[in-house]
Amino acid sequence: MTWKQVFTSSIGQKITMALTGIFLILFLIVHVGVNALVWAGDHGEMFNRAANFLGANVVPRILEIGLFLFIILHIVQGLVLEAENRSKRGIGYAVDYGNRGSRWYSRSMGLLGTLILLFLIIHLIDFWVPSRFGRMPEASINNGTKEVHDLYSLMYYRFQTLWIVVVYVLGCISLAYHLLHGFYSSFKTMGVYNKRYLVIIRWCGYIFSIVVSLAFAMMPVSFYLGWLSAPVN
Amino acid sequence: MEHYNMNLTLKVWRQRNNKEKGKFETYKVEGISSEMSFLEMFDVLNERLITEGKDPIAFDHDCREGICGMCSMYIDGKPHGPWQANTVCQLHMRAFKDGDTIIVEPWRAKAFPVIKDLVVDRSAFDRIIQAGGYISVNTGNAVDANAIPIEKENADKAFAAAACIGCGACVAACKNSSAMLFVSAKVSHLALLPQGDPERKTRVVAMINQMDKEGFGACTNTNACEAACPKEISVTNIARLNKEYAMAGFGADK
Repeated sequence: MTWKQVFTSSIGQKITMALTGIFLILFLIVHVGVNALVWAGDHGEMFNRAANFLGANVVPRILEIGLFLFIILHIVQGLVLEAENRSKRGIGYAVDYGNRGSRWYSRSMGLLGTLILLFLIIHLIDFWVPSRFGRMPEASINNGTKEVHDLYSLMYYRFQTLWIVVVYVLGCISLAYHLLHGFYSSFKTMGVYNKRYLVIIRWCGYIFSIVVSLAFAMMPVSFYLGWLSAPVN
Repeated sequence: MEHYNMNLTLKVWRQRNNKEKGKFETYKVEGISSEMSFLEMFDVLNERLITEGKDPIAFDHDCREGICGMCSMYIDGKPHGPWQANTVCQLHMRAFKDGDTIIVEPWRAKAFPVIKDLVVDRSAFDRIIQAGGYISVNTGNAVDANAIPIEKENADKAFAAAACIGCGACVAACKNSSAMLFVSAKVSHLALLPQGDPERKTRVVAMINQMDKEGFGACTNTNACEAACPKEISVTNIARLNKEYAMAGFGADK
């Protein structure tokens, strides 16, 4: 069997979704961990320091290229699968099987993924584009000896607007449901069939989806409600 | 359970052949016994249609004891009707009450084209089996029973997978019209047994290739197939199929 055959069959395309999905799950751990530093209560100093490290160090910068490639692969392959799967039934049913046979979010991965994609575009324009290419307020660290991008103040001022906070919370809800199915499903797609592991994976998936999405959602909410200290700038 | 008679309204998909467009027709049936099977209720309706000089409703059936996998009606939004782990022929009219409206559709999948009314062409399943759902053995005298030791747990799992009757309810229930539950049952049945081992890699690749060629969708792990399966084939088999495929693909020599 050639590599092309392995990855272009129906199972192979799902394996691509699973592998890239798990990579994105690993990325979320790093992302949520670093962002949680906004709650350090130090006017964002530790958070800015960590963000600066990720932006300046060569290893995360190389991983970032891989991250973008995998995100694009996950999106393109996902949309291709969604289109192919939808084309397999000519005439639909008059009465749908619906929630009697499966959970709604497991049937809505394409829709949830698209919502996350729309959110991702907004999110990149909000934070990633200015930190890479735009003009940014700077903050000083190491007792004023070093200047870094003040991403904390960028977040602080961005999340003073209610509708932006609402969009971010909706993005996190889409992410939570996407992960609720995706986490567990990706392992099954890669061939984990042992019940003892599937039970563990299922619960890890539930906890991961809820905790990570909740932590992300609480960031804009915390800024909006004034629970976090104002930036130095 | 107490016996009762009922009057029902049926909305049934009528389609003259594969070329023509179909539509729902409404029929009133009266005095249906709660002890009839769903197919017997259709027999009563068809007798009447024939007497009236009309075209009877075509539907698939054979054993009428829940083991052949021929009956294939999508009743009120669920393959094989409202009961769990049940075929249409074993669905009895006590599942319904007087005055109910029942909507009956054929399996809907491009890989299962409608032949007439509620009859669909499921020969795609036969071609998947022909592609690899077998073992090669030498002819001659039958080998003694139990000549090859088989772990009891695996024998039980293989037996449970072999319970698949190939009715296609999994395809009908799946939003992707995926045949993965069917294929996974057949692959698991043989992969779990020593007799299936020599051909396990070529088998899984050939069957998946044929499944894709027939136009079935990919698996999203929604588990709708398992919920609809009259033989309660477990979706664990799908994960096992994925493993078998990955081993054959990633473990290929060249």
